[in-house]
Amino acid sequence: MKLTKLLMVVVVSATMLFVSCKPKDADIKTAVEKALAADPSMTGTTIDVKDGIVTMGGECKDDACKAGCEKIVAGVKGVKSVVNNCTITPPPPPPPASLTTVLDEATQQKVKDGLKDIAGVTVEFVGDKAVLKGAVTQANRMKIMQMLASAKVLSDVTGLTEKK
Amino acid sequence: MALQDKYAELLQTATTLGIANLASTEQEGVLHVSGTANSTADYDALWALYAKIDPNMASGDLMMNIDIKADAGAQLKVTTDSTNLNIRSTPSTEGEIIGKAAHDEVVTLVEKTDDSWWKIKTADGEEGYAYAQYLSPL
Repeated sequence: MKLTKLLMVVVVSATMLFVSCKPKDADIKTAVEKALAADPSMTGTTIDVKDGIVTMGGECKDDACKAGCEKIVAGVKGVKSVVNNCTITPPPPPPPASLTTVLDEATQQKVKDGLKDIAGVTVEFVGDKAVLKGAVTQANRMKIMQMLASAKVLSDVTGLTEKK
Repeated sequence: MALQDKYAELLQTATTLGIANLASTEQEGVLHVSGTANSTADYDALWALYAKIDPNMASGDLMMNIDIKADAGAQLKVTTDSTNLNIRSTPSTEGEIIGKAAHDEVVTLVEKTDDSWWKIKTADGEEGYAYAQYLSPL
């Protein structure tokens, strides 16, 4: 009788031990990391597992990436739930477009159009620059520079003098 | 990095003003800066700083390609000196003049066709292309 009782206790505790330990958190972590590594867009995420609950950290480029990560992790065997603490880092802005602008005919025309209403200023196109000459008021000088910048045209305005 | 230093105050102000997509790169002696200002006032403030840092803006070492946030439907004020602004059939001075907007008149943005030409619509329903330089988002 006593022996049977003892055996039962052994069996029950062994079962409990077996259930609670499988799969182990460390194994889950390895499996999750392996699953994430298969997707090249998921880099820089950190994984922490405790009692089958996975906590994710790190940076994602957008919402889709964040949700995608979470889906992959949730699908790993042994994961009970996922706490997604990933933050979203927007991609850096593209470099200024003026870096690659060429002074083609259409661009030259834009400059000429912009100067049309400013009397006494001439423009020549030399190399990659608009070379301006003439006498201008301070207000018009500002307008000319703004116009050149919006057309993304490099300029030489040393020939612009101040109109008295 | 010398130009980044020369225009440090301008770059700092651009950041403070929250210029969207602010980017700056130095290339062949010119600092290229781009982004979108939230208002005409912010845009004017940056240009005033440029004129302060580089008198007469004559060094030719800054390309400040900043535009002003304006979505379709935005109100634009005609900022010609005093004359009417031509509204044309195509985005070019070759385009036929199909309407005019008066100095200080407020028109509606239809689309930003390119950096220099925007499609606009007047209160009278005239629709066509006008030179963006003379249009300030309200």
